[in-house]
Amino acid sequence: MSSATTTSAPTDARPSAALRRSGDWARRAPLLPALIFTIILTQLPFVATLVISFMNWNAYYPDERGFAGLDNFRRVFTDINMRQSVVTTILLTATVVLVSLALGLGIALLLDRKFAGRGAVRTMMIAPFLIVPVAAALIWKHALYNPEYGLFNGLLSAVWKLFGSDSPPQPDWISNAPLISVELALIWQWTPFMMLILLAGLQSRPLDVIEAAKMDGAGTWDIFRYMTLPHMRQYLELAGLLGSIYVVQNFDAVFTITSGGLGTANLPFTIYQTFYNEQDYGRASAAGVVVVIGTIIIATFALRTVSTLFREEGGR
Amino acid sequence: MSQITDVGPTENSRATTLNNRKPRPDRKARGGALLGLLAWVIGILFVVPILWMLLTSFHSEADAATNPPSVLAPLTLQGYREFFGASTGASPWPPLLNSMTASLVSTLLVLLLAVPAAYALSIKKVEKWTDVMFFFLSTKMLPIVAGLLPIYIFAQNIGMLDNIWLLIIFYTAMNLPIAVWMMRSFLAEVPVEMLEAAQVDGAGLIRTLKDIIAPVVAPGIAAVSLICFIFSWNELLFARVLTATVAQTAPVFLTGFVTSQGLFLAKVCAAAIVVSLPVLAAGFAAQDKLVQGLSMGAVK
Repeated sequence: MSSATTTSAPTDARPSAALRRSGDWARRAPLLPALIFTIILTQLPFVATLVISFMNWNAYYPDERGFAGLDNFRRVFTDINMRQSVVTTILLTATVVLVSLALGLGIALLLDRKFAGRGAVRTMMIAPFLIVPVAAALIWKHALYNPEYGLFNGLLSAVWKLFGSDSPPQPDWISNAPLISVELALIWQWTPFMMLILLAGLQSRPLDVIEAAKMDGAGTWDIFRYMTLPHMRQYLELAGLLGSIYVVQNFDAVFTITSGGLGTANLPFTIYQTFYNEQDYGRASAAGVVVVIGTIIIATFALRTVSTLFREEGGR
Repeated sequence: MSQITDVGPTENSRATTLNNRKPRPDRKARGGALLGLLAWVIGILFVVPILWMLLTSFHSEADAATNPPSVLAPLTLQGYREFFGASTGASPWPPLLNSMTASLVSTLLVLLLAVPAAYALSIKKVEKWTDVMFFFLSTKMLPIVAGLLPIYIFAQNIGMLDNIWLLIIFYTAMNLPIAVWMMRSFLAEVPVEMLEAAQVDGAGLIRTLKDIIAPVVAPGIAAVSLICFIFSWNELLFARVLTATVAQTAPVFLTGFVTSQGLFLAKVCAAAIVVSLPVLAAGFAAQDKLVQGLSMGAVK
């Protein structure tokens, strides 16, 4: 694939400007429906959010609707819940993405080897990602974490009973460690995602080079450190980036497992609550605007990562 | 990403490795077996919550709520009967059908929009096509929740709340950027020289489509459909805010399933299984497509 700009210009024998322009539009025509659809449905709502963020608008007090200036933003930045949810969002996303990346890499390395039943283990590893997220969150909350009849405490009882004790520890997992409970359920769902991308990366390694290095007496660790890791870097970045895009927006697990209580409310949940329960449209929009600006800052860095991947492909 | 194509030198060097150095095969084999065992243990750990959910869904409510767990309790279909409304009369079929409609129709719309767009971004490229690609990607990074409020107010004003078509339109918008990225990466592999040669030979449009484009594009369409279907089926936030009783989807139905009174675990497990079945079936049927889809076509 050669670069985009050089393909058309030299070959065209410079026909009339009108003809060329109609050719341009013929090229653009197939793109336009998708582009216009996306602009209308993803950009217009944000413009509306921006407008509402400067308004005093609470659906419970419809008579008081009006211009509010920067009031909503002041309230967003001084609201302790909102600041707390920023911290929670960062903690939640970073923990889930980093732990699932590390686990995913380890498991991908294991699955890259030949052993009996490799296909079966791979299938088992994918399964958590194919459970509907709300269903998974419900199962973790009620079937695993529940202090009275959840599997975790049930296993503790069974093991203690085995050793003749009638007073096993029965912690209330979600109350004791609310954020970790949410994170664990998410790590369970996202590790397969990371594993799949990283495994594909491992399997695209140039095997002949590695064999040659082995012949020259390079140890397993050296091969991993100096050959596998550098090759995997772009896959790690890609998996981390895509994982972050999805996990930072997580709503299902927080909503289901803790209902945003006990310091687990992340930004999507807090904004949802501000507008859905408190009906404070102005403040919810201001929070949305702040989140979008934050996202743009982070996304600019992220996009740079993708564009390097993209250029490598383009230059192939 | 390139596939491993040249196997020749690899085979050669492997043969010489075996001849030259024999690094204590016993120890190596034992280490390999241990790592295989470790993989099995981790795989089982990851699948235990699902197996537990499956087992519990076939237990009676009383057996499901014991501590320590009663693994060997008799199996029953009571949980599934309850899910299908045996005692409450609340049928799960309308939400399941809503989910199916929203997922299938939005996937179809995504394909109708994404395939031509990807064509204009790969085969007959528009100017500044990389900018367009990054515009699509950047919409995926914007937090959905920040745009949800105006959509809600707008839908309320035009009377579209609790209407499945509203969800279909937004699921299409949600998945379109991923689909464009994926389709482009597939179309980029269509051999353009062959297209031109076919044109010179006077091959008709249908033959060109069938012989040159379809073999490359068909797997792409399959991967896109799979991913769009899964993401639409799983979606909760939009469905929860924009629908109520008429157009509610299966995930919303699930969240209303937990009661504060009485035992419900077997019923919830049965519900979780039924609702996840389409995704599990689609995902396992197309395991290899999953990676391409999840990485937006960047990894093949």
